[in-house]
Amino acid sequence: MAEIYYRKLWIKIISVTLGFSLIPLVALGVTIYYQFSVSYSDKVYENLRTLTENRRSSLDLFFEERISQLVTIAHTHTLKQLSDEAYLDKLFYTMQTRSRSYIDIGVIDIEGRHRAYIGPYPELKEVNYRREDWFQAALSSGVYISDVFLGYRRFPHFIIAVMSRSGDQPWILRATINSDIIDNIVRAAMIGKNGDAFLINKKNILQTSPRFSGEIFGNPEGPDFSRIVEAQVTAYKINGKSYLFAATQLVNTNWILVVKEDPREQLTPLLRARTIAFFLFLGGILLIVIGAYFTTRSMMRELIRVDRERAAGEEMVIQSSKMAALGKMAAGIAHEINNPLAVIGEKAGWIKDLLADENAGSTENLKEIEEAVEKIERHVDRAKKVTHRLLGFARRMEPILEQVDINRTLRETVEFLENESRFRNIRIHIQSQPDLPVLQSDSSQLQQVFLNILNNAIDAIGKNGEIRIRTSYLPASNEIMIEIADNGPGIPKENLGKIFDPFFTTKEVGKGTGLGLSIVYSIIEKLGGRILVASEVGQGTTFTIYLPVR
Amino acid sequence: MAEDYTILIVDDEEDFRETLVKRLQKRNLKAFGAESGPKALKLMEAMTFDVVVLDVKMPGMDGIDTLKEMKKKSPRTEIILLTGHASLESGIQGMELGAFDYLMKPVNLDDLIEKIRQAYERKLVQEQEKS
Repeated sequence: MAEIYYRKLWIKIISVTLGFSLIPLVALGVTIYYQFSVSYSDKVYENLRTLTENRRSSLDLFFEERISQLVTIAHTHTLKQLSDEAYLDKLFYTMQTRSRSYIDIGVIDIEGRHRAYIGPYPELKEVNYRREDWFQAALSSGVYISDVFLGYRRFPHFIIAVMSRSGDQPWILRATINSDIIDNIVRAAMIGKNGDAFLINKKNILQTSPRFSGEIFGNPEGPDFSRIVEAQVTAYKINGKSYLFAATQLVNTNWILVVKEDPREQLTPLLRARTIAFFLFLGGILLIVIGAYFTTRSMMRELIRVDRERAAGEEMVIQSSKMAALGKMAAGIAHEINNPLAVIGEKAGWIKDLLADENAGSTENLKEIEEAVEKIERHVDRAKKVTHRLLGFARRMEPILEQVDINRTLRETVEFLENESRFRNIRIHIQSQPDLPVLQSDSSQLQQVFLNILNNAIDAIGKNGEIRIRTSYLPASNEIMIEIADNGPGIPKENLGKIFDPFFTTKEVGKGTGLGLSIVYSIIEKLGGRILVASEVGQGTTFTIYLPVR
Repeated sequence: MAEDYTILIVDDEEDFRETLVKRLQKRNLKAFGAESGPKALKLMEAMTFDVVVLDVKMPGMDGIDTLKEMKKKSPRTEIILLTGHASLESGIQGMELGAFDYLMKPVNLDDLIEKIRQAYERKLVQEQEKS
């Protein structure tokens, strides 16, 4: 019962302790993690947006520069000037020294024919562009940038064409640019191992060669950004994996820059922080749990100890008042018996005195009478011993120091139990060292000690057995050793540590208070001695008491 | 040693008292009996006793009160307390009041006579010291 009560109490205490420690910790952890992950995700989105815008600016700047260069040349020269191939060659050379992006340059008149051409493909001079889309578009809008195409050259390139006029005659300055340059600028936006970046046109056709998202002139993997009007960042799943895509429209062309990012790579620091935080959190919880466990355990142990002590104290008070009442009764009975015993003794003595005066042989029965009187005297003496012992036990005194002969005290105690042991056929042997030193101790308390141990031994044996008592003096430690051994059933190992605990009993309910051995222990301790127990199941139990000789 | 000392046995239990007196007398001791404290005190006015054997528990005036009165009347008389009761307090109290010793009933006659002799010896020693 008590164990269940203490267990429930312990569970309550540990639950409250853990609850009050863990709930705020968990709440704090979850809140911090949530806030951290939200702001970190925001930061990842923002970074991607910024990166994409930076790349867009670089591309725009590139186109801006090329267009300005060509526009400047077209508007500061006449058709006639630029039709001079030697002059154009010089000009192209100058342009090439600043930027290697140009493949060739050509001047085309309104009829679509080359007036001049500088570049690695002189055969192009014979081509007429009048019906080409880019030619018409350049004439109508003034500046035209084409999509990337393979064309006659069989490698990806695009053209920039600007229109100018000499008098009424419009003409076109056209330059071809290797799209490797664009690829290089775009590639700088590829982040991490799985990141990608590419340009698409308004038909969602790839204008550059991405790392993973498809082939140039094909459709890219992922969402279609060809119709976006403003920059956007969006999450998209490919093969079950989530990616972030940012897209933005270039200013000078119809192209759209798309940057793809693996959020797991970008979130690595966050994930690492989360793992560290998780383990710290786990460690914290573990520490709290361990701390709570040990603190509450020791609290409970202390509580149980205090409870037990208090209960033992109360029980001792009850026990001693019971003993006091019993003592009074015993003393009363002893007194009432002692008086008639005294009369019987005296009368028997008187008969003996009188018989001594009679002539020997004067009565045949004289010898018989003498014997009878002797027996009366002997039994009065025996009864006297019983009443005196009863009185000795009834006396509950404060511990006093007196001269104690251990052998005599043991003998008296054994005599007291003689009837009980004879009835149960238990033989009690005393093997005492005759010249034991006299102890300064309390004989009635020691009697109680021996009585409790012997009573337990008799109870343990039940019937038919023996108890061996041995006393000896140990000069080395100046102690008297008293050994009380029975051949009873013995004490199981798991109980051996508890037998001196108050209220520990293996006797039936109502038969034992569980106080006997605890009283023994406290008396021996009070008298400055010590008590040891050794037991073997099936062999018996031996109590060994050591008392100091002062 | 001369055994001409007088002994007074004070006990309310007649059978015990009378028999004890007779047994002492049979051993040539001058023993007398009294059934109560007041009777004993009255007897002490008539004659001197060397040793009194006094029962502690008696109806009316008990042994302790009797002891006090006796010590007032005849301080040199040695008194041995005798009781069937094991109350150590009354024994200690009696010793403090000047009793020679304290014996428990039933008492072995030889032990009692020995105790009476010791008491008488002490009385003699004390009387010699005084004179």
